[in-house]
Amino acid sequence: MERVEDERSSLAWFLTGARGIFSLPAIILMLSFVGFCSLTAQAGIPPEQVVFMTGIVWALPAKVILVSSVLSGASLATAFVAVTLSSVRLMPMVAALVPELRTPKTPTWLLLVLSHFIAITAWVFAMERVHQVPRRRRVTFFAGFGITLVATNMVLVAIVYRLVADFPPIIAGCLFFLTPVYFLASIWNSARHRVVYLALAVGLVAGPLFYWLLPEFDILLAGIGGGTLAWFVERSWRLRREVGA
Amino acid sequence: MTWQDGWWAYVFIAIAGWLATDIWRWLGVLAGERLREDSEALNWVRAVATALVAAVIAKLVLYPTGVLEQSPLWLRLGAVVLGAIAFFLARQKPAVGIATAVATLAAGLWWLGF
Repeated sequence: MERVEDERSSLAWFLTGARGIFSLPAIILMLSFVGFCSLTAQAGIPPEQVVFMTGIVWALPAKVILVSSVLSGASLATAFVAVTLSSVRLMPMVAALVPELRTPKTPTWLLLVLSHFIAITAWVFAMERVHQVPRRRRVTFFAGFGITLVATNMVLVAIVYRLVADFPPIIAGCLFFLTPVYFLASIWNSARHRVVYLALAVGLVAGPLFYWLLPEFDILLAGIGGGTLAWFVERSWRLRREVGA
Repeated sequence: MTWQDGWWAYVFIAIAGWLATDIWRWLGVLAGERLREDSEALNWVRAVATALVAAVIAKLVLYPTGVLEQSPLWLRLGAVVLGAIAFFLARQKPAVGIATAVATLAAGLWWLGF
């Protein structure tokens, strides 16, 4: 069975990835983009710029911060610093995914290009499914998903922008709420290492704690501090069990 | 120069949006290429990445923007807790947990007159 699967062509794997556009994570992301459209339409940012932003920035939280910086009249330097600080999390996310995607022969330039398509949704999707794909096809599979997801959302933004200026508040609220709830369920569901459960729990507490202590660097500190704590605790358990056995 | 001035808006988005995010993605690729899949270092990176996303989740629920800013905290937390209960009762099916949480929120918002 495995051999038959591996004989499928690159195009077939690219299309398998592209079909991910009909998956739950992709649909939830598209609904979040509808919410983002209503935010930018109310802010008066022209649709062509919103489409451009969707393709070139891609990460939705980074775009929300970019738009709010623009609305508050921030200078280019201030906006750059705000978005840069908020996007540090992309680095460990990409670093955790790359060892799962590549083979020893995968060229670095290809990974650099494909990394652009990584944001939370694509990361969660890939971490969840990529181990079901033969290793030498994983980059193709991810390219199919990532490129389709970005292109579809650019088209979606261009179409929906004109329709969404005035959403009923309940719909707007539910669209916003989908994202955190989906991330929670999906990370728990896709965890294949015990440390992930622990890091998820610690991060949920550490996020608000650091927001209260040091609001400017909360996400970064919660990630590094909470993640290190979770890693250390899980490692101590593991070592103790190994010694005990 | 304001945001609306044609090309300047695109330069602004490219520098403050694209460069500010892709720098981290590129650094992530370079770091990830040096990590072995079974290494302790990757375990740590995995923990940090997950905790970062978890912190983002907590912030979205506790300090939302837009319409939900005016909704009571107990409603948002209650929706997440009910969603989690449904998720575990349904053998960890994400769709069940998500639907329960969002339906709870919608019912609460409607009841509060949103």
